[in-house]
Amino acid sequence: MKIDCKHVWQHISSYIDGDVDAALRAEIDRHLEHCEICSAVLDSTRNIVVLLADDRVFEIPAGYSERLHRRLDAVLAADTGGD
Amino acid sequence: MTSEISATGREAPGREATSAAIARILAGEVQLFHELIRPVERAVFVMLYSLLRNETDAEDVAQETFIKIYRNLQSFRGDAKFSTWALSIARNEGLAWLRKRASRPEEPLEPVVDDSSGDFTPALLTDWREIPPEALERKELQEYLCRAILDLPPIYRDVVQLRDIDELDVQETANMLGITPGSVKVRLHRARTMLQKLLVPKLKSFAPASKRGWFGRRA
Repeated sequence: MKIDCKHVWQHISSYIDGDVDAALRAEIDRHLEHCEICSAVLDSTRNIVVLLADDRVFEIPAGYSERLHRRLDAVLAADTGGD
Repeated sequence: MTSEISATGREAPGREATSAAIARILAGEVQLFHELIRPVERAVFVMLYSLLRNETDAEDVAQETFIKIYRNLQSFRGDAKFSTWALSIARNEGLAWLRKRASRPEEPLEPVVDDSSGDFTPALLTDWREIPPEALERKELQEYLCRAILDLPPIYRDVVQLRDIDELDVQETANMLGITPGSVKVRLHRARTMLQKLLVPKLKSFAPASKRGWFGRRA
């Protein structure tokens, strides 16, 4: 089986997740060895997936945690009859 | 101490430690609740921000979520990770908030996108220089990524949020969204392709200059 670029693109996400069977992975690897376009598509997609998981992408509002725990303190105090 | 990687990707107390903490909270040591939720408070906010796309609303609903988690702690069963359980409560609270907003006609709903619409061809290029995580110190890069996620159609944003940001597995994602594992994979593939196509032209300039770049030539 020899696969073309479009076929490789269809499997990029599963390939990144290690969710393709050994035969298909070997075919894709063979294709990537000589196809600079598919290699760059794979590298850029994988790079973006890695960046998305980084905590710095979403900034948490300043004071979020303090406000949350203050509110919870009020709820816990009310439930336990404390002050 | 045993530990597990939580849905947030951070190290969180292991299941046994979590179960023990919950038992103590239920027995009256309620102040331990603060510590129980610290590992997930960030992930809950991000999930709600991604769903509601407004910081103030996300924070309000996050507070309600944690109050709900506290009040329903006795119903937590150890068959799921605590972080996954917390995220599913956050998602339900966020969806309830959206339904409430939808009943106000002045606020338009997001367009409904089904599984068949959209362009799922990647951006074609012949060279990609890796952007290291340190580049995320640059605000502009953070904003490109954040905006790209928020602008995805909801069915694709959901899977990116759960799989690539919260790092849930395929089955956990399928359970939370009420879809099949196959649909999770298809949507994730399409979402990643859409993000690649949108972001590649914008992100290229964030790659560190190669050594040859010092001599004024492109790598």
